[in-house]
Amino acid sequence: MEIPAARDPVQAARDAFGDAILHVKQFRGETTLVVATERLPELLGFFRASPGLVYNMLSDVSAVDYYPDDYGDAYDGVQSDYRPERYGVCYHILSMLYNRRLRIKAFAAAADPRLPAGTSIFPAANWLEREIADMMGIAFEDHPDPRRLLMPEDWHGHPHRRDYPLGKETVAFSFNIEDIHAHKPFAKD
Amino acid sequence: MAVAAPPQGASLEEQRRWEGNLEQLRGLVTERAVSGDTMLLNMGPHHPSTHGVLRLLLELDGEQIVTCLPDIGFLHTGIEKSIEDKSYEKAVPLTDRMDYLSPMSNNMAYAAAVEKLLDLDVPERGQIIRVVCLELARCASHLVWLGTHAIDMGAMSVLLYAFRERERILGMFEMLSGQRMMSSYIRPGGVWRDVPDDFLPTIKQFLNDFPYKVDDYEALLTQNPIWKDRSQGVGVVEPDVALAYGMTGPALRGSGVNWDLRKAQPYSGYETYDFNVPLGEHGDVYDRYLIRIHEFRESVKILQQAVTRLERTQGPTRSENRKYCPPLRSELGQSMEAVIHHFKLWTYGYDAPDDEIYCAIESPRGEIGCYIHGTGANKPRRVHFKTPSFMHISALPVVSKGYLLADMVAIIGSVDIVLGDCDR
Repeated sequence: MEIPAARDPVQAARDAFGDAILHVKQFRGETTLVVATERLPELLGFFRASPGLVYNMLSDVSAVDYYPDDYGDAYDGVQSDYRPERYGVCYHILSMLYNRRLRIKAFAAAADPRLPAGTSIFPAANWLEREIADMMGIAFEDHPDPRRLLMPEDWHGHPHRRDYPLGKETVAFSFNIEDIHAHKPFAKD
Repeated sequence: MAVAAPPQGASLEEQRRWEGNLEQLRGLVTERAVSGDTMLLNMGPHHPSTHGVLRLLLELDGEQIVTCLPDIGFLHTGIEKSIEDKSYEKAVPLTDRMDYLSPMSNNMAYAAAVEKLLDLDVPERGQIIRVVCLELARCASHLVWLGTHAIDMGAMSVLLYAFRERERILGMFEMLSGQRMMSSYIRPGGVWRDVPDDFLPTIKQFLNDFPYKVDDYEALLTQNPIWKDRSQGVGVVEPDVALAYGMTGPALRGSGVNWDLRKAQPYSGYETYDFNVPLGEHGDVYDRYLIRIHEFRESVKILQQAVTRLERTQGPTRSENRKYCPPLRSELGQSMEAVIHHFKLWTYGYDAPDDEIYCAIESPRGEIGCYIHGTGANKPRRVHFKTPSFMHISALPVVSKGYLLADMVAIIGSVDIVLGDCDR
């Protein structure tokens, strides 16, 4: 079987999606494509299935929070990076055939962060997206299993946000045990 | 995943009569479980063969697994969050505590990522010592896996043999770093210090003995008919399933996919060593066992080459870029500049660019990746570890579907999970 020649991922994506590619960044030999949020699953599917690209494995999904002011208007023009919104979510995809990696990055707004889920394209994204929904508070639309993953279900807030203090769980004493138990999910019936 | 418990203070009789409510599991388990046709069974978090604190909610049809819902987070320690509050160098001890069976691999993933972010060099001798540590860690981790996996499947004696050899490796780690397990030895820019004088004779002695010990393990298991009955044809993973669910390491190579980051994207000079990557054929528990056994022998090959090189090379073991790596103690009495660097690096640390990188290495379990986003100052904005155990546990429902409850133990053992690695 003949293997098709490798294509440049940036050029291929620009040809196929045009305006959906918002920004391209090179840093330490890694390519980052910032893409329009609503077209993310489409793009992931394109990179996974197109001949000459075949990014067949999802290595990692990681989220980053640009709180307080390293994004949007306060940041634009200061440096070369492009950060339109507060939350960035990176899909690190890997092509085993051509032995190269690519980072697809989409942004979610501070007010109501949401992203379309990539689980239907890469089943591996299931838990990685659940972890981000749990820890960073970004909702993934059409995710098959949106429960919390790492934190207890009675937990308030999303610990990996930058405005979430590095604190500790309240120690239970006789004077505050009622308050702590009040939000625990004991069986009521 | 609250499958509720009986109300607090209920009498024994009430507890016995209490029935849980399955409404919240609708859609996750089949309708047959809701109607009571199949049984829901909790395995863990205290089950001995879940290798830590993993809870599996199993839906069983007789003895057959219909669905499996893993529940993790019991060992979540907020390591990624804590790292955001530390300078880059001071986060190294936290990474030890993720995958506590091969801390050297975690150190390496983090150190390699920081080096990539800073564009920092590693001297040749430092790279050779790193390879020695990583391969010793691979052997130590596979030894724990071998012992516990065998004990899960009913072969009791292998554990003691395996831990006997692991003890010698931990002794060598203590020689290097002063710590048996939480070594923090591999650091950004190289390794903490050069190897002590008695290290080389010790490791040579170990490398002489170890292949024969591996023969002993094989004599106990490889042709053992009970072992083969329990593991052949069990937990079969097709290559496309393994790739779709992000499985890496021996679990992926057991399905015949030739992917090892040491070969494909070499780091720390792995491209200059001569070794093979063992591959499986059937993707079952037995093939994953054979692969790790072969990896022992390949690791010994790499270690022998590395020890020879270690004897022949001289020079620094850590980068001499004093903006990032602290000066040697011996320089402090001689140079004012060294004192300034020492003070600056141990109080403030160093600045890293406000940009992002992803760096992955091959740990004993698979690809361990580290994503770092700097702030331009001395603390990262975000550090995320992609860990192999996390991906493997998320794939457990697919791998275990249709097998017997007793096979579940074999499957969990064969993908080799560490819950500290999974929960972080």
